[in-house]
Amino acid sequence: MSPFLFWLFASLTVIFGAAVVINRNPVASALSLVASFMGLAALFVSLDAYFVGIIQVLVYAGAVMVLFLFIVMLLNLQAEERRRINWLAAAGGITVAVILLVQIAVTIRRFEAARQAFPPLARSTDDVWNIGALLFRNYNLPFQIVGVLVLVATIGVVLLSKREPQ
Amino acid sequence: MVTLGDYLLVSGVLFSIGFAGVMLRRNLIIILMSLELMLNAANLSLVAFSRFRVDSSGLPNYNAQVFVFFIITVAAAEVAVGLAILVALFRARQTTDVKDISSLKF
Repeated sequence: MSPFLFWLFASLTVIFGAAVVINRNPVASALSLVASFMGLAALFVSLDAYFVGIIQVLVYAGAVMVLFLFIVMLLNLQAEERRRINWLAAAGGITVAVILLVQIAVTIRRFEAARQAFPPLARSTDDVWNIGALLFRNYNLPFQIVGVLVLVATIGVVLLSKREPQ
Repeated sequence: MVTLGDYLLVSGVLFSIGFAGVMLRRNLIIILMSLELMLNAANLSLVAFSRFRVDSSGLPNYNAQVFVFFIITVAAAEVAVGLAILVALFRARQTTDVKDISSLKF
């Protein structure tokens, strides 16, 4: 991965991520989130994690974002009317986030291994096969628990969105 | 040359943006989207560490990518339940603003 492409996709991800928070219109936020996730998928592919990059596009940019857009349009949410911004609360929130970012940056700077480049990989990495084998051999129980979790989530969603009988 | 630190820094910036979104925004949908941003920032650093730990046969450490798989699955379930709660709330109160939902506030 050339540094130019890395910085291109990294800035794409970060700029559209910031647009999610800044936009007033929920539809614009959701579309910015799609763009941000596409940049993130490109970063995953640049790390030779093809399987993760593809499920990022399929699950997040596909399924989850359709769900978000569907709900936004179902509820017919308009852009928020301009309320008086509580500047004290806003400054407090931004300060806490900036302090968190500075702490992360300082920790990375002190981290010795963070200054090294990535070691070379083998000629062919069959990553779907490897992840699948690991998933079904070493992580079989967690995998089944996640299956139960998805089932419970499905039942929960149906229950929650059922109208109360009058 | 792109180092591990660059990826971790991008991940940290993305996490901070999501955190700021949760702190600043009052629309529940935007708060859920910011949560997704934070989860994805964690995914990015996991994949970067996975690529960094290459074993003797030249393969990355796939344990981290299995974790990412689990995180994506749980996050998808979380979004579905969260949005269903949001719809139920909107039916009862006609609002998605956290400032208007203060019944439990002391």
